[in-house]
Amino acid sequence: MAVLLLAEVAGDTLAVDATAKAATAGAKLGDVTVLVCGPQAAADEAAKLDGVTKVLLADDAAYANGLAENLADLIVSLAGDYSHIIAPATTTGKNILPRVAALLDVMVITDVTEVVDADTFKRPVYAGNAVQTVKSTDATKVISFRTSTFDAAGSTGSAAVETVSGAGDKGLSAFVEDKVVESDRPELTSAKIVVSGGRGVGSEENFAIIEALADKLGAAVGASRAAVDSGFAPNDQQVGQTGKVVAPDLYIACGISGAIQHLAGMKDSKVIVAINKDEEAPIFQVADFGLVADLFDAVPELTEKL
Amino acid sequence: MKVLVPVKRVIDYNVKVKVKADGTGVDLANVKMSMNPFDEISVEEAIRLKEAGIASEVVIVSIGEKKATDTIRNALAMGADRGILVTEDQGVDLEPLAVAKILAKVVEEEAPELVILGKQAIDNDMNATGQMLAALLGWGQATFASEVKIEDGKAVVTREVDGGLQTISVNLPAIVTTDLRLNEPRYASLPNIMKAKKKPLDEKTAADYGVDTTPRLTVVTTEEPTGRQAGIKVGSVDELIAKLKEGGLV
Ligand SMILES: Cc1cc2nc3c(=O)[nH]c(=O)nc-3n(C[C@H](O)[C@H](O)[C@H](O)COP(=O)(O)OP(=O)(O)OC[C@H]3O[C@@H](n4cnc5c(N)ncnc54)[C@H](O)[C@@H]3O)c2cc1C
Ligand SMILES: Cc1cc2nc3c(=O)[nH]c(=O)nc-3n(C[C@H](O)[C@H](O)[C@H](O)COP(=O)(O)OP(=O)(O)OC[C@H]3O[C@@H](n4cnc5c(N)ncnc54)[C@H](O)[C@@H]3O)c2cc1C
Repeated sequence: MAVLLLAEVAGDTLAVDATAKAATAGAKLGDVTVLVCGPQAAADEAAKLDGVTKVLLADDAAYANGLAENLADLIVSLAGDYSHIIAPATTTGKNILPRVAALLDVMVITDVTEVVDADTFKRPVYAGNAVQTVKSTDATKVISFRTSTFDAAGSTGSAAVETVSGAGDKGLSAFVEDKVVESDRPELTSAKIVVSGGRGVGSEENFAIIEALADKLGAAVGASRAAVDSGFAPNDQQVGQTGKVVAPDLYIACGISGAIQHLAGMKDSKVIVAINKDEEAPIFQVADFGLVADLFDAVPELTEKL
Repeated sequence: MKVLVPVKRVIDYNVKVKVKADGTGVDLANVKMSMNPFDEISVEEAIRLKEAGIASEVVIVSIGEKKATDTIRNALAMGADRGILVTEDQGVDLEPLAVAKILAKVVEEEAPELVILGKQAIDNDMNATGQMLAALLGWGQATFASEVKIEDGKAVVTREVDGGLQTISVNLPAIVTTDLRLNEPRYASLPNIMKAKKKPLDEKTAADYGVDTTPRLTVVTTEEPTGRQAGIKVGSVDELIAKLKEGGLV
């Protein structure tokens, strides 16, 4: 089996973690060729990933910024050689793969958490309250993989890099601007520890106490939808069914009630700590360690004593 | 400009679904069903475009069982103009590819300049239909929208992406899929619910469109996820720190 993996490129650099995790999933299916739409340096980085046998480099402005129309056509032009076309289930992968699938007249299988065999995959449905095993009858399988459930491939390889080109800009869409949140903190989906705040944090200013704890622990900062909707935290920090899915070693939920949509994004964390002043909060049903306390006392105390 | 909004009837987001013991699916008997929350956001956005004088007509379409009529009436009560129900009697939900193929036929007939879909349906969480429809039509797509501006024959859309926000412009006609922060959907008022009952609603069948809806995926089993047990309550921050240290976590 031959697998084409669309690498995740952020700005000018390879998003190594997401790509390496999808490479692990891909290696269960066959030889992995990675398509890098970005500069040479990103392709060189991808060439090091274990399990990768070849890298295709498309360094063309038309393929920068993840414009789905151009990228989908490029992937379709390469598709003939592959049994599986895959990507990490990032917003880029989720945007592009269904388009690729429809152009190939096949179904897309999104957010896959387990490879059963070359045609059969597991994916969560209903906010993670059920897990479906689906079998595809399509000739080409188009799949996005939930990165939180796969380990990252190592970086000891040295695959060959080949240049490819496609039809370029279709002129259907154009990039205007990115508002990227710059942060020195670890990336949410790959961090070992995540500290999240919910509506209970109360305001954007108060979110500083969540950030202070995160910084003390070298952790990423997450948030509930309520916290993002209220403007306490930016959208890219939302954890949940319709945000990011995380599975760190330690997840600390502060002032989060534990709605199913939030749990869908964090219940696979190894250890969950909940700090909530309501002892009935559903978050305690999934927490390994629950502390019934006012977060404005407990969080600063925790930060200070660690 | 005509706006088409596909809406899906799904299990209400407040319902905790139960997986059937025999692994054949989830128990949908007697559970509350509602409009997919993202689709409410789509309907709201379309109505706002009409109120702003940009859209001329808002047409709702739903593909599913007869009961999806309620979902369409809901959207009409919010302020949409008319509805199209496409019934299919396969007994199961259609896959996004099949839904997109039917929607492509509806688009051919209706010739909208903008189709606004939800980014994902909260039952199957596929997050696929809008992108697939865009592919079939050969249109541009702006997914996960948190802001939509229509100007000079283009939709300028700010998208919620992993790294933050991205703004792109897509030529019209185009596909937009909605994210949570695009707007806050209105509630339908009682008079509008009454009025909605008189708004036109066409009925079609999937067969009318001559689309092959044969599923490409077979659901082998549907299982309960591996559960998580509640742990312990700790009495103080000191005790919490002790536990975390014991586990080598900090
Ligand atoms: C379509 C859809 C998609 C959704 N997607 C997501 C998603 O991806 N992610 C997500 O998180 N949600 C999502 N939601 C929203 C979800 O249903 C909940 O509304 C949300 O998670 C609630 O956030 P919260 O726990 O911060 O707020 P609340 O439920 O209001 O809980 C706040 C908690 O803070 C506690 N608290 C208050 N003050 C203090 C204090 N001083 N000290 C300690 N504790 C305190 C309270 O006891 C309470 O338990 C979605 C909803 C819908 C309809
Ligand atoms: C237990 C179970 C078993 C199933 N078994 C099968 C099976 O054997 N065969 C099979 O074919 N399918 C089956 N399905 C259904 C199928 O997997 C999903 O319905 C399909 O994947 C749709 O995904 P989605 O609703 O998440 O679409 P998404 O792509 O997430 O939906 C995004 C948007 O598309 C639009 N949209 C989606 N559907 C419609 C619609 N019907 N009408 C109007 N607009 C719509 C809405 O705007 C929505 O917001 C099964 C589902 C379940 C729960």
